[in-house]
Amino acid sequence: MADEALFLLLHNEMVSGVYKSAEQGEVENGRCITKLENMGFRVGQGLIERKNTVLLLADLFRFTKDTARFKDELDIMKFICKDFWTTVFKKQIDNLRTNHQGIYVLQDNKFRLLTQMSAGKQYLEHASKYLAFTCGLIRGGLSNLGIKSIVTAEVSSMPACKFQVMIQKL
Amino acid sequence: MSRPASRRPEYHKINKDLFVLTYGALVAQLCKDYEKDEDVNKYLDKMGYGIGTRLVEDFLARSCVRRCHSYSEIADIIAQVAFKMYLGITPTVTCNNSSRNEFSLILDKNPMAEFVEELPAGRSSLCYCNLLCGIIRGALEMVHLPADVTFLQDRLKGDSVTEIGITFLKKQDEKKYRQKK
Repeated sequence: MADEALFLLLHNEMVSGVYKSAEQGEVENGRCITKLENMGFRVGQGLIERKNTVLLLADLFRFTKDTARFKDELDIMKFICKDFWTTVFKKQIDNLRTNHQGIYVLQDNKFRLLTQMSAGKQYLEHASKYLAFTCGLIRGGLSNLGIKSIVTAEVSSMPACKFQVMIQKL
Repeated sequence: MSRPASRRPEYHKINKDLFVLTYGALVAQLCKDYEKDEDVNKYLDKMGYGIGTRLVEDFLARSCVRRCHSYSEIADIIAQVAFKMYLGITPTVTCNNSSRNEFSLILDKNPMAEFVEELPAGRSSLCYCNLLCGIIRGALEMVHLPADVTFLQDRLKGDSVTEIGITFLKKQDEKKYRQKK
Protein backbone atom coordinates (compact mmCIF):
# COMPACT_ATOMS: atom_id res chain seq x y z
CA MET A 1 0.00 0.00 0.00
CA ALA A 2 1.24 3.43 -0.89
CA ASP A 3 0.84 4.92 2.57
CA GLU A 4 2.91 2.08 4.01
CA ALA A 5 5.81 3.17 1.82
CA LEU A 6 5.58 6.68 3.24
CA PHE A 7 5.62 5.43 6.81
CA LEU A 8 8.54 3.03 6.18
CA LEU A 9 10.62 5.76 4.62
CA LEU A 10 9.77 8.22 7.37
CA HIS A 11 10.64 5.67 10.03
CA ASN A 12 14.02 4.93 8.42
CA GLU A 13 14.82 8.61 8.09
CA MET A 14 13.88 9.13 11.73
CA VAL A 15 16.23 6.37 12.84
CA SER A 16 19.17 7.70 10.81
CA GLY A 17 18.36 11.27 11.81
CA VAL A 18 18.36 10.45 15.50
CA TYR A 19 21.70 8.68 15.24
CA LYS A 20 23.30 11.26 12.99
CA SER A 21 22.84 14.01 15.52
CA ALA A 22 24.19 11.88 18.34
CA GLU A 23 27.76 11.09 19.20
CA GLN A 24 29.31 7.65 19.48
CA GLY A 25 29.09 5.52 22.57
CA GLU A 26 26.87 3.35 24.73
CA VAL A 27 25.19 6.25 26.53
CA GLU A 28 24.32 8.02 23.30
CA ASN A 29 23.01 4.80 21.81
CA GLY A 30 20.75 4.38 24.82
CA ARG A 31 19.51 7.94 24.46
CA CYS A 32 18.70 7.44 20.80
CA ILE A 33 16.79 4.25 21.52
CA THR A 34 14.83 6.08 24.24
CA LYS A 35 13.99 8.94 21.89
CA LEU A 36 12.67 6.58 19.25
CA GLU A 37 10.78 4.54 21.84
CA ASN A 38 9.13 7.66 23.24
CA MET A 39 8.00 8.75 19.79
CA GLY A 40 6.57 5.29 19.24
CA PHE A 41 4.78 5.53 22.59
CA ARG A 42 3.03 8.76 21.57
CA VAL A 43 1.96 7.23 18.31
CA GLY A 44 0.78 4.04 19.97
CA GLN A 45 -1.41 6.11 22.25
CA GLY A 46 -2.77 8.00 19.28
CA LEU A 47 -3.58 4.80 17.44
CA ILE A 48 -5.80 3.53 20.27
CA GLU A 49 -8.18 6.34 21.04
CA ARG A 50 -8.46 6.87 24.75
CA LYS A 51 -12.15 7.73 24.73
CA ASN A 52 -12.99 4.28 23.51
CA THR A 53 -11.21 2.54 26.36
CA VAL A 54 -13.44 3.82 29.17
CA LEU A 55 -15.72 0.82 28.80
CA LEU A 56 -12.77 -1.54 28.95
CA LEU A 57 -11.43 -0.07 32.17
CA ALA A 58 -14.84 -0.33 33.78
CA ASP A 59 -14.88 -4.00 32.89
CA LEU A 60 -11.44 -4.57 34.36
CA PHE A 61 -12.39 -3.12 37.70
CA ARG A 62 -15.56 -5.13 37.94
CA PHE A 63 -13.63 -8.37 38.19
CA THR A 64 -11.75 -8.95 41.39
CA LYS A 65 -10.53 -12.47 40.77
CA ASP A 66 -7.05 -12.72 39.30
CA THR A 67 -8.09 -15.29 36.72
CA ALA A 68 -10.68 -12.91 35.30
CA ARG A 69 -8.10 -10.20 35.14
CA PHE A 70 -5.63 -12.35 33.30
CA LYS A 71 -8.29 -13.36 30.85
CA ASP A 72 -8.85 -9.71 30.02
CA GLU A 73 -5.14 -9.16 29.75
CA LEU A 74 -4.80 -12.08 27.37
CA ASP A 75 -7.69 -10.72 25.31
CA ILE A 76 -5.91 -7.43 25.04
CA MET A 77 -2.67 -9.10 23.99
CA LYS A 78 -4.55 -11.10 21.39
CA PHE A 79 -6.06 -7.88 20.14
CA ILE A 80 -2.58 -6.41 19.82
CA CYS A 81 -1.44 -9.49 17.92
CA LYS A 82 -4.37 -9.51 15.53
CA ASP A 83 -6.25 -6.25 14.95
CA PHE A 84 -3.55 -3.84 16.04
CA TRP A 85 -0.70 -5.55 14.23
CA THR A 86 -2.80 -5.95 11.07
CA THR A 87 -3.78 -2.31 10.98
CA VAL A 88 -0.23 -1.12 11.55
CA PHE A 89 1.84 -3.78 9.78
CA LYS A 90 -0.70 -5.38 7.44
CA LYS A 91 -0.23 -8.83 8.97
CA GLN A 92 -0.80 -10.60 12.28
CA ILE A 93 1.76 -11.62 14.84
CA ASP A 94 2.80 -15.16 13.98
CA ASN A 95 3.17 -16.52 17.47
CA LEU A 96 2.10 -15.41 20.96
CA ARG A 97 3.49 -17.07 24.05
CA THR A 98 2.89 -16.30 27.71
CA ASN A 99 3.88 -17.60 31.09
CA HIS A 100 0.45 -16.57 32.45
CA GLN A 101 2.24 -14.37 34.94
CA GLY A 102 2.35 -11.14 33.01
CA ILE A 103 5.04 -11.88 30.43
CA TYR A 104 4.13 -12.18 26.78
CA VAL A 105 6.35 -12.83 23.78
CA LEU A 106 5.09 -11.72 20.38
CA GLN A 107 6.88 -13.24 17.43
CA ASP A 108 6.76 -11.74 13.96
CA ASN A 109 8.56 -13.90 11.43
CA LYS A 110 8.58 -11.26 8.72
CA PHE A 111 8.66 -7.94 10.50
CA ARG A 112 7.80 -5.19 8.02
CA LEU A 113 10.39 -2.76 9.25
CA LEU A 114 13.19 -5.30 8.83
CA THR A 115 12.35 -7.05 5.56
CA GLN A 116 14.20 -4.45 3.52
CA MET A 117 17.28 -4.63 5.69
CA SER A 118 18.54 -8.15 5.40
CA ALA A 119 17.59 -11.80 5.45
CA GLY A 120 19.76 -13.35 8.10
CA LYS A 121 22.52 -12.05 10.27
CA GLN A 122 23.77 -9.13 8.21
CA TYR A 123 23.36 -5.74 9.96
CA LEU A 124 22.13 -7.54 13.09
CA GLU A 125 23.85 -4.99 15.32
CA HIS A 126 21.68 -2.24 13.82
CA ALA A 127 18.39 -4.07 14.15
CA SER A 128 17.61 -2.74 17.63
CA LYS A 129 17.50 0.81 16.25
CA TYR A 130 14.70 -0.22 13.95
CA LEU A 131 12.72 -1.91 16.69
CA ALA A 132 12.73 0.84 19.31
CA PHE A 133 9.89 2.81 17.75
CA THR A 134 7.69 -0.29 17.54
CA CYS A 135 8.40 -1.21 21.16
CA GLY A 136 7.10 2.22 22.09
CA LEU A 137 4.14 1.74 19.78
CA ILE A 138 3.10 -1.42 21.63
CA ARG A 139 3.69 0.19 25.03
CA GLY A 140 1.64 3.26 24.02
CA GLY A 141 -1.25 1.20 22.65
CA LEU A 142 -1.34 -0.93 25.81
CA SER A 143 -1.20 2.19 27.95
CA ASN A 144 -4.41 3.50 26.41
CA LEU A 145 -5.95 0.09 26.93
CA GLY A 146 -5.26 0.43 30.64
CA ILE A 147 -2.09 -1.66 30.78
CA LYS A 148 1.27 -0.44 31.97
CA SER A 149 4.16 -2.38 30.54
CA ILE A 150 7.78 -2.57 29.55
CA VAL A 151 8.42 -3.67 25.99
CA THR A 152 11.73 -4.89 24.62
CA ALA A 153 12.68 -6.58 21.39
CA GLU A 154 15.22 -9.07 20.21
CA VAL A 155 16.33 -10.28 16.81
CA SER A 156 18.38 -13.34 16.10
CA SER A 157 17.83 -13.64 12.39
CA MET A 158 16.16 -11.00 10.24
CA PRO A 159 13.44 -10.38 9.34
CA ALA A 160 12.07 -12.38 12.27
CA CYS A 161 11.93 -10.70 15.65
CA LYS A 162 10.37 -11.07 19.07
CA PHE A 163 8.74 -8.41 21.21
CA GLN A 164 8.67 -9.10 24.91
CA VAL A 165 5.93 -7.42 26.93
CA MET A 166 6.22 -7.33 30.73
CA ILE A 167 3.00 -6.23 32.36
CA GLN A 168 3.55 -3.95 35.33
CA LYS A 169 1.17 -4.51 38.17
CA LEU A 170 -0.34 -1.19 39.22
CA MET B 1 -16.91 -14.55 31.46
CA SER B 2 -19.73 -13.21 29.42
CA ARG B 3 -19.34 -9.99 27.63
CA PRO B 4 -21.61 -8.88 24.83
CA ALA B 5 -19.71 -9.35 21.59
CA SER B 6 -21.04 -6.08 20.23
CA ARG B 7 -19.05 -4.19 22.84
CA ARG B 8 -15.71 -5.23 21.38
CA PRO B 9 -15.51 -3.08 18.24
CA GLU B 10 -16.22 0.02 20.32
CA TYR B 11 -13.18 -0.04 22.45
CA HIS B 12 -10.93 -1.62 19.91
CA LYS B 13 -11.00 1.24 17.49
CA ILE B 14 -7.67 1.77 15.83
CA ASN B 15 -6.72 4.93 14.09
CA LYS B 16 -5.44 4.30 10.59
CA ASP B 17 -3.28 7.36 10.41
CA LEU B 18 0.04 5.81 11.32
CA PHE B 19 2.02 8.13 9.06
CA VAL B 20 0.25 11.29 10.21
CA LEU B 21 0.60 10.39 13.89
CA THR B 22 4.26 9.44 13.48
CA TYR B 23 4.91 12.72 11.74
CA GLY B 24 3.26 14.58 14.59
CA ALA B 25 5.43 12.78 17.15
CA LEU B 26 8.50 13.63 15.08
CA VAL B 27 7.68 17.33 14.90
CA ALA B 28 6.97 17.40 18.63
CA GLN B 29 10.36 15.80 19.31
CA LEU B 30 12.13 18.24 16.99
CA CYS B 31 10.48 21.17 18.76
CA LYS B 32 11.98 19.81 21.96
CA ASP B 33 15.43 19.40 20.39
CA TYR B 34 15.67 22.68 18.50
CA GLU B 35 14.76 26.08 19.88
CA LYS B 36 14.61 27.96 16.61
CA ASP B 37 11.75 27.39 14.17
CA GLU B 38 14.09 27.69 11.20
CA ASP B 39 16.21 24.82 12.53
CA VAL B 40 13.17 22.58 12.75
CA ASN B 41 12.07 23.69 9.29
CA LYS B 42 15.49 22.96 7.86
CA TYR B 43 15.63 19.55 9.52
CA LEU B 44 12.20 18.62 8.18
CA ASP B 45 13.15 19.76 4.70
CA LYS B 46 16.36 17.72 4.77
CA MET B 47 14.51 14.66 6.04
CA GLY B 48 11.88 15.12 3.38
CA TYR B 49 14.58 15.34 0.75
CA GLY B 50 15.98 11.98 1.83
CA ILE B 51 12.51 10.46 1.72
CA GLY B 52 11.71 12.03 -1.67
CA THR B 53 14.78 10.60 -3.34
CA ARG B 54 13.57 7.12 -2.42
CA LEU B 55 9.84 7.70 -2.68
CA VAL B 56 10.11 8.64 -6.35
CA GLU B 57 11.18 5.07 -7.19
CA ASP B 58 8.16 3.70 -5.38
CA PHE B 59 5.98 6.23 -7.16
CA LEU B 60 7.30 5.44 -10.62
CA ALA B 61 6.89 1.72 -9.98
CA ARG B 62 3.27 2.12 -8.86
CA SER B 63 2.04 4.74 -11.25
CA CYS B 64 3.39 4.01 -14.77
CA VAL B 65 3.30 7.67 -15.68
CA ARG B 66 4.31 8.42 -19.20
CA ARG B 67 7.11 10.81 -20.08
CA CYS B 68 6.26 14.48 -19.53
CA HIS B 69 6.88 17.21 -22.03
CA SER B 70 6.32 20.27 -19.93
CA TYR B 71 6.63 21.50 -16.39
CA SER B 72 2.90 21.96 -16.18
CA GLU B 73 2.37 18.29 -16.97
CA ILE B 74 4.74 17.43 -14.15
CA ALA B 75 2.94 19.73 -11.73
CA ASP B 76 -0.33 18.06 -12.71
CA ILE B 77 1.11 14.61 -12.09
CA ILE B 78 2.43 15.61 -8.68
CA ALA B 79 -0.98 16.95 -7.71
CA GLN B 80 -3.29 14.43 -9.34
CA VAL B 81 -1.31 11.22 -9.11
CA ALA B 82 1.33 11.47 -6.41
CA PHE B 83 -0.62 13.42 -3.81
CA LYS B 84 -3.66 11.26 -4.44
CA MET B 85 -1.62 8.09 -4.08
CA TYR B 86 0.19 8.95 -0.87
CA LEU B 87 -2.04 11.40 0.92
CA GLY B 88 -5.44 10.81 -0.61
CA ILE B 89 -5.95 14.41 -1.71
CA THR B 90 -5.75 16.24 -5.03
CA PRO B 91 -4.44 19.78 -4.73
CA THR B 92 -5.32 22.32 -7.42
CA VAL B 93 -2.51 23.41 -9.69
CA THR B 94 -2.02 26.98 -10.79
CA CYS B 95 0.73 28.43 -12.94
CA ASN B 96 2.28 31.55 -11.52
CA ASN B 97 4.30 33.03 -14.33
CA SER B 98 4.44 33.40 -18.08
CA SER B 99 7.64 31.43 -18.53
CA ARG B 100 5.66 28.51 -17.09
CA ASN B 101 8.20 27.27 -14.62
CA GLU B 102 6.57 28.46 -11.40
CA PHE B 103 3.58 26.57 -10.09
CA SER B 104 1.48 26.42 -6.98
CA LEU B 105 -0.26 23.46 -5.42
CA ILE B 106 -3.24 24.63 -3.43
CA LEU B 107 -4.44 22.31 -0.68
CA ASP B 108 -7.66 23.17 1.09
CA LYS B 109 -7.31 20.11 3.24
CA ASN B 110 -3.97 18.98 4.58
CA PRO B 111 -4.08 15.43 5.92
CA MET B 112 -0.67 15.71 7.53
CA ALA B 113 -1.96 18.42 9.82
CA GLU B 114 -5.24 16.65 10.53
CA PHE B 115 -4.70 16.45 14.27
CA VAL B 116 -3.10 19.86 14.59
CA GLU B 117 -5.46 22.68 15.46
CA GLU B 118 -2.89 25.38 15.78
CA LEU B 119 0.83 25.82 16.00
CA PRO B 120 2.28 25.44 19.50
CA ALA B 121 2.90 28.63 21.44
CA GLY B 122 6.09 30.41 20.47
CA ARG B 123 6.34 28.47 17.21
CA SER B 124 4.72 30.89 14.84
CA SER B 125 7.19 30.46 12.02
CA LEU B 126 7.19 26.69 12.14
CA CYS B 127 6.38 25.18 8.75
CA TYR B 128 4.66 22.15 10.17
CA CYS B 129 4.54 20.26 6.88
CA ASN B 130 7.96 21.21 5.64
CA LEU B 131 8.67 17.53 5.12
CA LEU B 132 6.39 17.75 2.07
CA CYS B 133 8.53 20.42 0.43
CA GLY B 134 11.63 18.32 0.95
CA ILE B 135 9.91 15.24 -0.45
CA ILE B 136 8.84 17.02 -3.62
CA ARG B 137 12.27 18.59 -4.04
CA GLY B 138 14.09 15.28 -3.50
CA ALA B 139 11.83 13.38 -5.83
CA LEU B 140 12.15 15.96 -8.61
CA GLU B 141 15.90 16.04 -8.27
CA MET B 142 16.11 12.29 -8.72
CA VAL B 143 14.45 12.67 -12.10
CA HIS B 144 16.81 15.49 -13.06
CA LEU B 145 14.36 18.30 -12.47
CA PRO B 146 15.92 20.51 -9.81
CA ALA B 147 13.40 22.81 -8.22
CA ASP B 148 12.83 25.13 -5.30
CA VAL B 149 9.87 24.07 -3.21
CA THR B 150 8.49 26.18 -0.38
CA PHE B 151 5.32 26.96 1.48
CA LEU B 152 3.76 30.15 0.19
CA GLN B 153 0.68 30.02 2.38
CA ASP B 154 -0.10 27.91 5.41
CA ARG B 155 -3.51 27.31 6.98
CA LEU B 156 -1.84 26.71 10.32
CA LYS B 157 -0.42 30.23 10.18
CA GLY B 158 -3.81 31.78 9.57
CA ASP B 159 -3.96 31.78 5.79
CA SER B 160 -7.11 30.55 4.12
CA VAL B 161 -5.39 27.76 2.23
CA THR B 162 -2.13 25.91 2.24
CA GLU B 163 -0.09 26.69 -0.84
CA ILE B 164 3.12 24.97 -1.93
CA GLY B 165 5.18 26.78 -4.56
CA ILE B 166 7.34 24.81 -7.00
CA THR B 167 9.88 26.69 -9.12
CA PHE B 168 11.61 24.55 -11.69
CA LEU B 169 15.19 25.66 -12.05
CA LYS B 170 16.15 24.50 -15.51
CA LYS B 171 14.99 26.57 -18.45
CA GLN B 172 12.23 25.01 -20.60
CA ASP B 173 14.23 24.93 -23.84
CA GLU B 174 17.22 23.42 -22.08
CA LYS B 175 14.96 20.60 -20.99
CA LYS B 176 13.62 20.06 -24.50
CA TYR B 177 17.16 19.88 -25.83
CA ARG B 178 18.06 17.25 -23.26
CA GLN B 179 15.02 15.16 -24.14
CA LYS B 180 15.81 15.20 -27.84
CA LYS B 181 19.10 13.52 -27.05
